[in-house]
Amino acid sequence: MFDLINPSKIFLWIEKLINFINSIFFILLIIALTFALILSPPDYLQGDSVRIMYVHVPSAWIGLASFTVIALLSILSFIFKIKNLNLITKSIAPIGLLFTCLAIITGSIWGQPTWGTWWAWDARITSMLVLSIFYVLFILAHKLIEKEDLAIKVSNIIAVIGVINIPVIRYSVDWWNTLHQPSSIKIDGTSSIHPSMMLPLMLMLLVLLLYCALILLMKYKTEIIRIKKKNIKRI
Amino acid sequence: MLTKKVKKRVSFLSLLLIFLVLGVFFILKSLTSNILYFKSPTDIQLSQDIISSKKIRVGGMVKKNSIDINNQEIKFIITDLKNEIFVSYRGTVPNLFSEGKGVVAEGKLKDKNFFVADRILAKHDEKYMPPELKDLMQNNVK
Repeated sequence: MFDLINPSKIFLWIEKLINFINSIFFILLIIALTFALILSPPDYLQGDSVRIMYVHVPSAWIGLASFTVIALLSILSFIFKIKNLNLITKSIAPIGLLFTCLAIITGSIWGQPTWGTWWAWDARITSMLVLSIFYVLFILAHKLIEKEDLAIKVSNIIAVIGVINIPVIRYSVDWWNTLHQPSSIKIDGTSSIHPSMMLPLMLMLLVLLLYCALILLMKYKTEIIRIKKKNIKRI
Repeated sequence: MLTKKVKKRVSFLSLLLIFLVLGVFFILKSLTSNILYFKSPTDIQLSQDIISSKKIRVGGMVKKNSIDINNQEIKFIITDLKNEIFVSYRGTVPNLFSEGKGVVAEGKLKDKNFFVADRILAKHDEKYMPPELKDLMQNNVK
């Protein structure tokens, strides 16, 4: 079943994919940035600070999605003891942490001119901070625990505990009064973002996802090399 | 594939998840009043035990035509369309503070209808659109 992601066979595939993403990444980045910074209109109320949203929103989505993927893979890995899945979760975690921090920082920069404060202890912002702490715990579990089996077990449990936080983040703006505004894009597909601003948002999401894929593949490759150096043939 | 060990791990994980969800649910439930970033004017009208020396936040919409600026202070009314509260404030307000928009005021209650703020935050809604479109909508309304 997991033959397709067998580390020794996939090495060539990773190499090809990295080259492919590298070849289109910068072109797409320039296109997306042109739309986000130049071609899209300013907001009627916030003016040009709306452009921070084009980084903030995709970053937050990626931060949430990464942790969800880590938790799902951790559950599978915990139940079926597939070590390969832990290589993947280990490679995703730093990306998730990066984008969660990016969402918090860009949100803070946006909050200063819009709300009038850098930071507010409201439910959305605090739960995002908790998410970044879970990422740190997950990464630390791998770094600090020397016995590999134990490290995997602990990190899996951390991921399972942390996944409770994901729906709390998602619905925090609906359940409680928060300073943060409710979601602009609803689950049923309707959105209160004008199409001329939706296009750069989606382009930036695509570019950032490609960046994630690139870093993920490179990290995964490094993990495999590390294992091969230890002369462990079977994983 | 489903050996005894696997089944044991599945039940361990499901139990862990169920207890975690219940635990988090109860914690959040009991903390609701602390998690709320601000109270609405209706919450304040309904609450029995408001200590006027404690700092709280009141949020809602700035009532239309209620902003009164003189050289010392800004007075306005926060409304949630059911109840209202008078607010007085000395200092600068954020750029997005305007009539008909969301606002959060931080400060102390004088009584249930009068609030002295020492900080004003503007609340932004979830709508994003270019300025031309806004003008167009306003023209249509007229």
